[in-house]
Amino acid sequence: METETTPTTADPVAGSWCDRCGGALAEGGHEACVAARRLEPPRFCPVCRRRMRVQVLPSGWTATCVAHGTTRG
Amino acid sequence: MSDILDRARSQVLDGGVGLDEAGVLDVLRLPDEQLPAALQLAHEVRMRWCGPEVEVEGIVSLKTGGCPEDCHFCSQSGVFASPVRSVWLDIPSLVEAARQTAKTGATEFCIVAAVRGPDERLMRQLREGVAAIRAEVDINIAASLGILTQAQVDELVELGIHRYNHNLETCRSYFPNVVTTHTWEERWETLRMVRASGMEVCCGGIIGLGETLEQRAEFAAQLAELDPHEVPLNFLNPRPGTPLGDRAPVAPRDALRAIAAFRLAMPRTILRYAGGREITLGDLGTRDGLLGGINAVIVGNYLTTLGRPASEDLALLEELKMPIKALSATL
Repeated sequence: METETTPTTADPVAGSWCDRCGGALAEGGHEACVAARRLEPPRFCPVCRRRMRVQVLPSGWTATCVAHGTTRG
Repeated sequence: MSDILDRARSQVLDGGVGLDEAGVLDVLRLPDEQLPAALQLAHEVRMRWCGPEVEVEGIVSLKTGGCPEDCHFCSQSGVFASPVRSVWLDIPSLVEAARQTAKTGATEFCIVAAVRGPDERLMRQLREGVAAIRAEVDINIAASLGILTQAQVDELVELGIHRYNHNLETCRSYFPNVVTTHTWEERWETLRMVRASGMEVCCGGIIGLGETLEQRAEFAAQLAELDPHEVPLNFLNPRPGTPLGDRAPVAPRDALRAIAAFRLAMPRTILRYAGGREITLGDLGTRDGLLGGINAVIVGNYLTTLGRPASEDLALLEELKMPIKALSATL
């Protein structure tokens, strides 16, 4: 995964929120989310928990948070 | 071999006449130990009546999310608390998606929109997108835009849309349990207009919405009556936030039984592996389906979820010595 235009987040995956369900990572219980993400793009910004605008393409995806930029996979 | 498989060998393999609803139900009820024989027969039927070629397709969402309809399986419905947000694909990205799809050897590129039916904004985006793709990519363009008016059907024909997808999703008797904002009959009417227009009809659905085996057989029979050029076979991928989000995926053997049964109901159709195959069947299931009646695949990602890398499907086709249908063979 690569990121772009994310000046405030060097590593958006290392945020506080689960990028699949939007729940707090600190509360645990996201094993199913991690497994599901193998076949899903992220939906929530891991930094601020906003729902992202996600475009799935035949060979990739982009996920954009209005505050934290775009992630590609 | 069971009575139903004996009958299918004679009627479907030798005669090219699909099983009726009762016959499909018998196949769906076969015990596990007879599943390999059913898949083998379905494969023979596919090879006899369709040939060894596999049709490869890529799909892309032109307009994602925010749909006013309440299809209970769909994460793009705006009625449910799904995390999927509304987003439109720009034309350069659409062309690039078509280009990437063509590079896989695919002959079909389907442009999909999450709508009840297209409005003028969507039709304008489609017009521009189709023109831009045609200028740069050599591929058949299909579309899936929901319920159409006759004028929209006519315009799609003028645009040169090769095939129109509109899934019935499930059988007529179960449909009201899955969708309440429009009817099965409205979908059927769009399909009737598409067929009359000369566009190829693509119509399938989703296995595992909670339908009974009897209703699954009813669905196969209704699709056979429609006689579509292509039947995309999806398996429920339960999406968070939707009414079916907590449903378990279809058991792998039931999914394979459905593949064999639908092939034996429709010996000549393009039967395409579509969404949900990865979570339902995994890598081995993809092989089993291709050796059990499937003769088309969607490669790469789906509309809101991800698929196997296209390279893995293409390598499997090569290993199975199943040639990819060439573009010239589709024209």
